[in-house]
Amino acid sequence: MKSGQSSPAAAIGQIKRNWGLYLLLLPAVVLTLLFAYKPMYGVLIAFKNYSPALGIDGSPWAGFKYFDKFFNSYQFSNTIKNTLIISVYSLITFPIPIILALMVNQMRPNRFRRFFQTVSYMPHFISTVVMVGLMMILLSPSTGLVGNLYSLFGGEAPDLMGSTSLFSSVYVWSDVWQHVGWDSIIFIAALSSVDPSLYEAATVDGASRWNKVRYIDIPMLMPTAITLLILRVGGLLGVGFEKVYLMQNDLNITSSEILSTYVYKIGLLSSQYSFSSAINLFNTVINFILLIMVNQLSKKLSENSLW
Amino acid sequence: MGVLEPAASKRTGKIKNNRSSDSVMEIIMYVIAVLFLIILIYPLYFIVIASFSDPSAVAGGKVWLFPRGFTLDGYQELLRHKNIWIGYRNTILYTVVGTAIGLVVNISAAYALSRKDLAGRKILSLFFIFTMFFNGGLIPTFLTIRDFHMYDTFLVMVLPFSVGVYNIIVARTFFQTSLPGDLWEAAQIDGCGNLRYFLQIVLPLSKAIIAVLGLWIAVGYWNSYFNALIYLKNPNMYPLQLILRNILITNQMQSGMGSGEAAQIALRLANMMRYSVIIIATVPIMCVYPFVQKYFNQGVMIGAVKE
Repeated sequence: MKSGQSSPAAAIGQIKRNWGLYLLLLPAVVLTLLFAYKPMYGVLIAFKNYSPALGIDGSPWAGFKYFDKFFNSYQFSNTIKNTLIISVYSLITFPIPIILALMVNQMRPNRFRRFFQTVSYMPHFISTVVMVGLMMILLSPSTGLVGNLYSLFGGEAPDLMGSTSLFSSVYVWSDVWQHVGWDSIIFIAALSSVDPSLYEAATVDGASRWNKVRYIDIPMLMPTAITLLILRVGGLLGVGFEKVYLMQNDLNITSSEILSTYVYKIGLLSSQYSFSSAINLFNTVINFILLIMVNQLSKKLSENSLW
Repeated sequence: MGVLEPAASKRTGKIKNNRSSDSVMEIIMYVIAVLFLIILIYPLYFIVIASFSDPSAVAGGKVWLFPRGFTLDGYQELLRHKNIWIGYRNTILYTVVGTAIGLVVNISAAYALSRKDLAGRKILSLFFIFTMFFNGGLIPTFLTIRDFHMYDTFLVMVLPFSVGVYNIIVARTFFQTSLPGDLWEAAQIDGCGNLRYFLQIVLPLSKAIIAVLGLWIAVGYWNSYFNALIYLKNPNMYPLQLILRNILITNQMQSGMGSGEAAQIALRLANMMRYSVIIIATVPIMCVYPFVQKYFNQGVMIGAVKE
């Protein structure tokens, strides 16, 4: 009955006994096979001249033609540069939820703290469409809140949504605004599990509040922070499609075209299936390699790792 | 939340110097907290009051704390737009059906994977986790959906992407940590099979995790527009978010065109509608949110527990 039996006969007995569990797994396994693994096989079209009439298997091979095409196109350096700028910029804001969590942890557990937490999680539930709609309204130089603020002080408001140089800033800081509270929950949870006797000992030793934060709270958050950081670095070239696509317009397109929006446009808007898949595959592979590298590095340096 | 009272309740620091630095820190902290709250709340509050205000007052920067020139025209305009209500209906349908499917698929898979006596548990876990880091990408997935004749159907909005690996991991952790290990042994001695045990004993004990996942999945469906953008063609099947995108974002550029009185009125109403449409799309979630907040937090914390 105990796990860890290794003889095949015992394993088969276990499978027979637990057939009910396999039945419970069946829907998820079937859906994953059909809608996650089958498309993985479809990645082959990145190496083929895909034609819908011939299907994936029937289409002739193209080798690395579409990868070459991408590497030699103007959009190669441009999309990668834009994607990297956005993701590295986001990465820099990584400590902000941690600072927020440290702050919340210092608040006395009263009404204000509860209110503060409730409000800070709220924007997380706004949909991307509404969020970008909000940004367009509020950041409009002529009628928006920002425009009004500038005119109040007699200045000319910049067109934040139509700017190439400010695109990444607008993207990243609006993200911080929306998700900082939510992202802090995990750190608040980690802090609430700190052994109270540590604080008592520190108090006896005459430590100031700041020192307790510095020498107890922050070290306690490191394992959680590193795990999350690994995931973030692993997704460095995986900037999400949804928000960037909605924020794009003719004015900011040179700095807002990222890999995922380009994949969408090439693939679905201009129906170059093989080319789009090649770009997509390149992106996925780089992400995968990054994730493994960062994970190895973190294993060596700090014994924190994902697996 | 297991809230601690570090330092705050123990104001018996031995060194005087520390106490004064502590209170300075406290003051700075609360000032930052209040500023932070204003930055979070004000933009949302502005949208609410702007939705009840005369658009020329909004555009002229006269709306700051209270509605100016109170009007309900924006909301009345909404009633005329039938597609918003069709979208609303579609979103409710997708959310309800999609959440139901998602719960069944993910909870049952998670329970099976949480059982240590499941032969092949490691491989099965890897089977799911691998899809988090590697996928076929946009076009191969699109082609798969088309091959299954699911393009532009109700089914594509609720079934193919219902396996959430992160959700499965969170629920699995919950089952592992909160179900007493000897419960299954005892039930087994009484002749209870896996399925009956899952349905009659596990599920009633797992209301918390069902609530958490149900809410996560539901919010995801309510807010998503990507799948609809890719897989739907028929406007009568569009979910609310896609219709919002057309109103808030795509049509934005056109609203500046046209002249004459009729165009002016149309422009005025279109502007007002941008505010009211944000309100009606976001209110349902914001209304439910305070009541379910604690489940969301719990979910994040369960997810944070590492095996």
